[in-house]
Amino acid sequence: MRLLTHNMLSSNIKGVTNGFPLRIEVEKVVEKEVDLNMDFLRNMFAKIEWKALVEASRTMGYSELPDDAESSMLDSDEFLRKFHHALLELHLEEGALVCPETGRKFPVNKGIPNMLLHEDEV
Amino acid sequence: MASRPELQAPPEIFYNDDEARKYTSSSRIIDIQAKLSERALELLALPDDGVPRLLLDIGCGSGLSGETLTDNGHQWIGLDISQSMLDIALEREAEGDLILGDMGQGLGLRPGVIDGAISISAVQWLCNADKSSHEPRIRLKAFFGSLYRCLARGARAVLQVYPENLAQRELILGFAMRAGFSGGVVVDYPHSTKKRKEYLVLTCGPPSLSSATPKGKGEDGESGSDEDSSDDEENQSVSVSDRHRPRKKQKLNKKVKGREWVLRKKEQMRRKGNAVPLDTKYTARKRKARF
Ligand SMILES: C[S@@+](CC[C@H](N)C(=O)[O-])C[C@H]1O[C@@H](n2cnc3c(N)ncnc32)[C@H](O)[C@@H]1O
Repeated sequence: MRLLTHNMLSSNIKGVTNGFPLRIEVEKVVEKEVDLNMDFLRNMFAKIEWKALVEASRTMGYSELPDDAESSMLDSDEFLRKFHHALLELHLEEGALVCPETGRKFPVNKGIPNMLLHEDEV
Repeated sequence: MASRPELQAPPEIFYNDDEARKYTSSSRIIDIQAKLSERALELLALPDDGVPRLLLDIGCGSGLSGETLTDNGHQWIGLDISQSMLDIALEREAEGDLILGDMGQGLGLRPGVIDGAISISAVQWLCNADKSSHEPRIRLKAFFGSLYRCLARGARAVLQVYPENLAQRELILGFAMRAGFSGGVVVDYPHSTKKRKEYLVLTCGPPSLSSATPKGKGEDGESGSDEDSSDDEENQSVSVSDRHRPRKKQKLNKKVKGREWVLRKKEQMRRKGNAVPLDTKYTARKRKARF
């Protein structure tokens, strides 16, 4: 799972009012190089919760993202490269996502988070 | 004729390792998934500006449908309830992110972030009550409500479905409308029992010019013919076990896989720590037919 997806996911447990962002517990991170697409990054930027991305990338061992970002920064190649790397090249391979409200853990195996809820959580 | 898969077992049971395996071994299934996904993507009517979008594939399974999204340059997140199917997606090295989840529990995604959603032959599964705790209406409501919320305003969802009957289609469409979607059903080749395919084309937000339901293919009765008779009802075919298929066909499928495929598979097995014979010039070499 890439941080792009982490940035979109939220805990869906019944009664939880703010399930975002899920805290990341890292066991294993893998990096996979992919081509940078500027149009995609520009299109996504407005939808990204920046603080959550910064936090998540730090948890994954990448601390190059600035604390704050605004759309004018998309003109900088250096910024784009960092944004791209954090968003699309870091994969949580093994670990867990933790609901910020309840502490419920969603295990991540082979890069796939198991978001299935128990019956009493629906 | 085999009965509908939906009536045989819950999806996470029906789509077990054996069933999932067909999604890499049957060129027919692969072909059908690709065609349905191409059409769904077309009906999604994304702006023609070359910008890659963030899309959702609901019931992404083996990642065949996702492959179409990737081939068209898009990023995607896939959700499926079957671990076996997702394992195949990993094997196929699907480029989207995969999530093990149940759409009937609602999609846990932030509001307004997704540019479009497709779903191929999956949503009709929601009409079944597979557990005593399952209430189809509640699950349909949770699914469509959460789908509506996570899509950007004006974004579309195109869901190819195999409803069991008219009532089921009305049920599904009804919950989509109640969630706030506008749109309707597009039927391709309505006059052909084999080629007929239904797509719910839903737009997030009130009806407008852009949410008008497009026309189906072959609506006027042309080309509902046998021009492509291999493309028969997938829902029947997936539930037919390999055992019942003509032998010749199975052999044909095997031939399609060349040396490259074998090498890739061997590499995957090695990575999993399995003992795999060395690659030599004999690997995947064609054998002479001996009688
Ligand atoms: C006909 S298959 C489609 C496969 C997929 N399009 C592909 O390319 O492999 C239908 C898929 O829907 C999934 N499905 C059924 N019910 C589901 C549910 N409640 N939540 C998520 N996925 C579901 C099944 O596990 C199965 O993989």
